[in-house]
Amino acid sequence: MSTASTASTLSPSGFDFVRALVHRESAIVLAPGKEYLVEARLSPLARSRGLRDVQALVEAVRSSPDVESTQLIVEALTTNETSWFRDGDPFTGMVQVVLPSLLAARTPAEPLRIWSAACSSGQEPYTIAMLLKDALPGAGERVRISASDISREMVERTRGGRFSQMEVNRGLPAPLLVRHLTRAGNDWQVNPDLRRMVTAFECNLVGTLPRTGPFDVVFLRNVLIYFDIPTKRSILARVRALMRPDGWLFLGAAESTLGVDDAWERVPVGRSSAYRPTRPNRGA
Amino acid sequence: MHALVIDDSRAMRRIVGGILKGLGYTVTEAGHGREALDVLVATTAAGGAVPDLACVDWNMPVMDGLEFVTAVRAQPAWRSMTMMMVTTESEHAQVVRALAAGAHEYMIKPFTPDAFADKLSLLGLVPQGEPA
Repeated sequence: MSTASTASTLSPSGFDFVRALVHRESAIVLAPGKEYLVEARLSPLARSRGLRDVQALVEAVRSSPDVESTQLIVEALTTNETSWFRDGDPFTGMVQVVLPSLLAARTPAEPLRIWSAACSSGQEPYTIAMLLKDALPGAGERVRISASDISREMVERTRGGRFSQMEVNRGLPAPLLVRHLTRAGNDWQVNPDLRRMVTAFECNLVGTLPRTGPFDVVFLRNVLIYFDIPTKRSILARVRALMRPDGWLFLGAAESTLGVDDAWERVPVGRSSAYRPTRPNRGA
Repeated sequence: MHALVIDDSRAMRRIVGGILKGLGYTVTEAGHGREALDVLVATTAAGGAVPDLACVDWNMPVMDGLEFVTAVRAQPAWRSMTMMMVTTESEHAQVVRALAAGAHEYMIKPFTPDAFADKLSLLGLVPQGEPA
């Protein structure tokens, strides 16, 4: 992320206000030194309200707080960059290791439930959908993918399944592009058969978790890094409660359950690794 | 790693070549498909290895990108070269046509250096130790 081009207008107390607001609403920790991030992410919101800069936006919200502004600030600061096949190894592992294991353990009538727990604009759930569609006959009926994000805007984008030219350039192999997406004006849109596999909804991981489980596989990647340890522990325990006892959890490459929640076993999955519950969590 | 950058725009050759050099590639440029084929013929005649990667524009004078891809696919000695179309042609049918002709990947202009590196990573063509 570039920091050079953004001149900060934000006062130290303004930054502290935003930090406290984001932590209260989402439990996400904005470390000191992230002033540039706040500046860069909130500038469009300030401009859209005709305010001169981010400091003016913060002052307006501080003097008269409202739910909509709070939501928009949280969304702007919790929306993460994403791409197709981001860190591709977990996806390969899902198809080559996890899927055969699940198929062996389930009857053909049982649905396979997958949760993409911080789906951003939808690339992750649709990556999962297209891989399973290609690997598993009948996946369209059998696989149910829950896709959630804290941001209403991202959930709506996921539902639409529309991606700009720049977005489809980011890591989507051309053979999959032409098999699973079609042109829609200047954009590309995921085909209806894949969109039917994905149900998108808002979910704040520190709030109420989805009731669309129990899940066979959970993708919770590159999101725990934003939380403090007690919050990570709570999220992992509550996610565990929503998983099948023989389920699989994928975290980001820089994330681990180690030292956070000891009820998981790390197992190699191809060139990647996943986590499996060693005991169910009935208390959550 | 060695890449052949084929584009009639000198500016585009410089942009694509610059990204590739930043990833550790050596780069050979050609202004159209015929010139690129000449490079391959000369390389093969001298007993050299064909480039690992060809980045191929579609619309070029003399020989366009699709003709180039088709010609390369017809020559078994050149099969090891991965070909990625890099073009403004963005219709679904065109991507299908290029893949059917033998292109391995398809990058639609404009693109960012990160997106370019992502594509190379998918193809297993990011040199070890270089940032993707």
